[in-house]
Amino acid sequence: MALHAERAKSIEVPLRQELSFPYHSERRQCSVPTFIPHTEAETSQMLADLGLKEIDEIFATIPRERRLGRGLNLPDGVSEYDVLTYFEEVSARNLHHGRPLISFAGGGSYDHDIPQVVRTLGSRGEFVTAYTPYQPEVAQGVLQALFEFQTLISRLSGLEISNASLYDGATALVEAVNLACAHTRSHHVIVSKGINPTYLQTVRTFAEGTGLSVEELPLNDDLSSDLSIETASQAAAVVVGYPNYFGAVEDLARARELANRTGALLICVYDPISLALLTSPGSFGVDVAVAEGQSLGTPVSFGGPYLGLFSVRPEYLRLVPGRLVGETVDAEGRRSFVTTLRTREQDIRRERASSNVCTNQTLMAVHACIYLSWLGPDGFRELATSCLSSSHYLADALSTIPGVELVTPVFVREFTIRLTGIDNEAVRSALADRGFLAGVSGEFPSGDLKASNTLILSATERRTKSEIDRFVGEFSKIVEAR
Amino acid sequence: MATSANFKRPGGGVAASIPLMGRAEEPTIFDLSVAKRRASSLRSSGVDQVDPRTVLPATMLRDEPPALPEVSERDLVGHFTRLSARQYSVDLGAYPLGSCTMKYNPKFADAVAAMPGISQVHPHTPVSFAQGWLEIMVTLESWICEITGMAAATLQPAAGAAGELTGLLIMAHYHQRHGGRRSKVIIPDSAHGTNPASVTLAGYEAVTVPSNDRGLVDLEQLDKVLGEDVAGMMLTNPNTLGLFEEEIAEITARVHAVGGLMYYDGANLNAILGVSRPGDMGFDIVHSNLHKTFATPHGGGGPGAGPVAVSERLREFLPGPRATLIDDEDGVRYVWKTPEFSIGRVHGFYGNAVVLARALAYMMYHGGPGLADVARYAVLNANWLRAQIAQHYEIAFPQLCMHEFVASAAQLKKRYGVRALDIAKGMIEEGFHSPTVYFPLVVDEALMMEPTETESPQTLRALADALMRLAEAATSSDGQEWLHNAPSTTPVGRVDEALAARKPRLTFDQASNRPV
Ligand SMILES: Cc1ncc(COP(=O)(O)O)c(C=O)c1O
Repeated sequence: MALHAERAKSIEVPLRQELSFPYHSERRQCSVPTFIPHTEAETSQMLADLGLKEIDEIFATIPRERRLGRGLNLPDGVSEYDVLTYFEEVSARNLHHGRPLISFAGGGSYDHDIPQVVRTLGSRGEFVTAYTPYQPEVAQGVLQALFEFQTLISRLSGLEISNASLYDGATALVEAVNLACAHTRSHHVIVSKGINPTYLQTVRTFAEGTGLSVEELPLNDDLSSDLSIETASQAAAVVVGYPNYFGAVEDLARARELANRTGALLICVYDPISLALLTSPGSFGVDVAVAEGQSLGTPVSFGGPYLGLFSVRPEYLRLVPGRLVGETVDAEGRRSFVTTLRTREQDIRRERASSNVCTNQTLMAVHACIYLSWLGPDGFRELATSCLSSSHYLADALSTIPGVELVTPVFVREFTIRLTGIDNEAVRSALADRGFLAGVSGEFPSGDLKASNTLILSATERRTKSEIDRFVGEFSKIVEAR
Repeated sequence: MATSANFKRPGGGVAASIPLMGRAEEPTIFDLSVAKRRASSLRSSGVDQVDPRTVLPATMLRDEPPALPEVSERDLVGHFTRLSARQYSVDLGAYPLGSCTMKYNPKFADAVAAMPGISQVHPHTPVSFAQGWLEIMVTLESWICEITGMAAATLQPAAGAAGELTGLLIMAHYHQRHGGRRSKVIIPDSAHGTNPASVTLAGYEAVTVPSNDRGLVDLEQLDKVLGEDVAGMMLTNPNTLGLFEEEIAEITARVHAVGGLMYYDGANLNAILGVSRPGDMGFDIVHSNLHKTFATPHGGGGPGAGPVAVSERLREFLPGPRATLIDDEDGVRYVWKTPEFSIGRVHGFYGNAVVLARALAYMMYHGGPGLADVARYAVLNANWLRAQIAQHYEIAFPQLCMHEFVASAAQLKKRYGVRALDIAKGMIEEGFHSPTVYFPLVVDEALMMEPTETESPQTLRALADALMRLAEAATSSDGQEWLHNAPSTTPVGRVDEALAARKPRLTFDQASNRPV
């Protein structure tokens, strides 16, 4: 899309009057929000008990000059109905004739069906409104679910140890790179240009603080990584996708060799759904496997909250970031669960901790646990096969359009096409006007010429044949119109 | 042949809960698995199914799918419902866990999160079809900026600790553009563990300043560590002892005088909403924990959101892309923009977006005046509870507290051998969640309590009575024994943490560590 961002002047964000909050008329009747239960009489009694007259005397330790001395320049409160009306209206502007765009996009976020059990069980207040399980006796529900989640992620990745989640795929990769650096005491990492470019950007952001140098692995014509490079450098890690951002299935055996040549750990960024079919990263001797776990029961949610998956071989146990839940027994010998190996964590190790993670994405991990248990092995394979079948059907159909060429011949559920004679963003924009999300632009923003003017597309099990057919029809009309 | 022994476990779930919400072990989901049982049914897409072996080389394919459990939907629902009965939560009762602001989570925010235009929008949607989402982000940013007194904010960090590291990297980039590297960041000895850990990850050395006898930053000690090598200082105000740093203007002035920046850890923002603003105190970088102050549910450990707001001079260092409202020849609209000297991305997309929407819903419901009431009642509740129990527990510092306070079980330990941990477990027996224990580190046997504004005077009374009963129990040998063994009414009693760490069993597939 042609944005005239440079020429445009940023305009001040409007407050109060202009703030688009047209639904409040009068101030709500009650003078305090209803989540504060105190009656006036109770407030007076509490103040009297403290020897105070006015409630604002409670702030006596805040020096006068540090007080705001005015109300916040924000609208008055409104009822929950008014809030919901605002969100109905504003969120409608994310829809096309009242529906989300029909998505053929992946790029780290996939539009899967979410079974009602995940929604129903996953929205139970006991899971939703608990804090981190600091008191195990009253947190066995979350702790056991996390233990089960860790088991499932280890079975998926083929690596023995998995943690209780990190923020998202990108930050999970950052933590994996930090682990590799701590283990090897090297500060050089070799990262494929085929990993999600936003992950690479995130790694670069945090590399500033940890003093990392990042070397990029070039791409082959089929957008897989060129693993034949002769590099003299010793490295902490080699990082490849599996499948990679473009859908190409990297050769992990050769990636392992490259890691061995450079004394590096092999880090793999995988797609969890594809692992229903693909040989597990663990079978190739991957040291650290990370993933974006959004596909496992979390809606696309405009990018978050998602779920960072993190698994390692046992020798790196002491370097694992974030929480680990372990089994133990209580005083009477009953099976119990507790967060363990806590001396790795920031609250104990402080400035010597190798990660600062505290809050993670537990609720999404519980959802993933319910989702995978609902699928079962056969359902999981059928789901992945359905994604594969629809994606191949889509790729075959698009490839027949003149000016469209399939770049990734071997793929599971996501693939890349190159366009000739028409701009990829123009296609995305024209298809959005017709109600479709036509994938992700490939060169955004990796800057690799091999990926220029490409689109990365995917069809999940949610896409019906008729949706795919209509999409391909509109796609070819737009291309032919040029 | 059918005998009465058929279908005895192991394998398969039994739809019973003995006793109701009971203390019997709940089998793992793997124990419930029976080969070839399944819960899932998938949509028929109408596309002919392809055999993966026809499109992928055999060497890439696994023989068997991952060994997921094979359970019925009925067993799945039974299992997770029974697990939920083994879990304490804000919905169930008071959760005075200091530093965590476990207030009531309004239910209407769940309806916001479930709207299709919120939950079903792909992050790669062209910006012209995501104008609503960008407006939510820009609006939230403006509320956060007004509440904190800052100029601009990034919404990307996924939690408080992520916000800290983001803020410290902004600090580092700022110094690089203005005269080069500095090596140290000052933190008080009462700081949360994420602060020093973030300092190290940002490439700085953490230097600790001790608190004075009033629980506040010691200015003389601060002067000793201040110098040209100081990049900045991290503080929370009120601090983790629940005390307002009265000399905050002097602290920020001295740090600024050596060219350092001030970082505000927003964990305690609930205490000062609408009353006092970090920006006006002289802070340059401020993170907020939306999962604390703005009531987005903590999900048993996350998701959170830790937006970072900055003063005008740091605006151009914020992570990108940022939702921005522009007005040019193509009209007024929202676009993504990356600031000129941006530190880069700190999240795969734009942050925990749905958490951001929930927080904005909470803010709008309260409005400016309502948010100030939140702070008033949070502080009133904490002080009232503190006054009620002051006879029974030493209160670390005598002045009025803010939204939380730190009591100590040091005397109980010395006289009766009852520790903060025992009091924490006793609180569970009394029907409440425990306070935070052993944090901050500067108070011996710390019990850190934060009742929040959403607990009623009756609940506070019950909390105080429970704490008094526990202090009383500590004085008798029967009571001591009871406390040492508490809790006894929970699904499990005190757990063997040493065993868990000595012989870790972190997945069902690792060897059992049960003592034989
Ligand atoms: C004072 C303080 N700072 C920082 C944090 C870290 O926040 P988060 O858990 O969201 O990463 C906490 C959370 O417990 C805290 O209490």
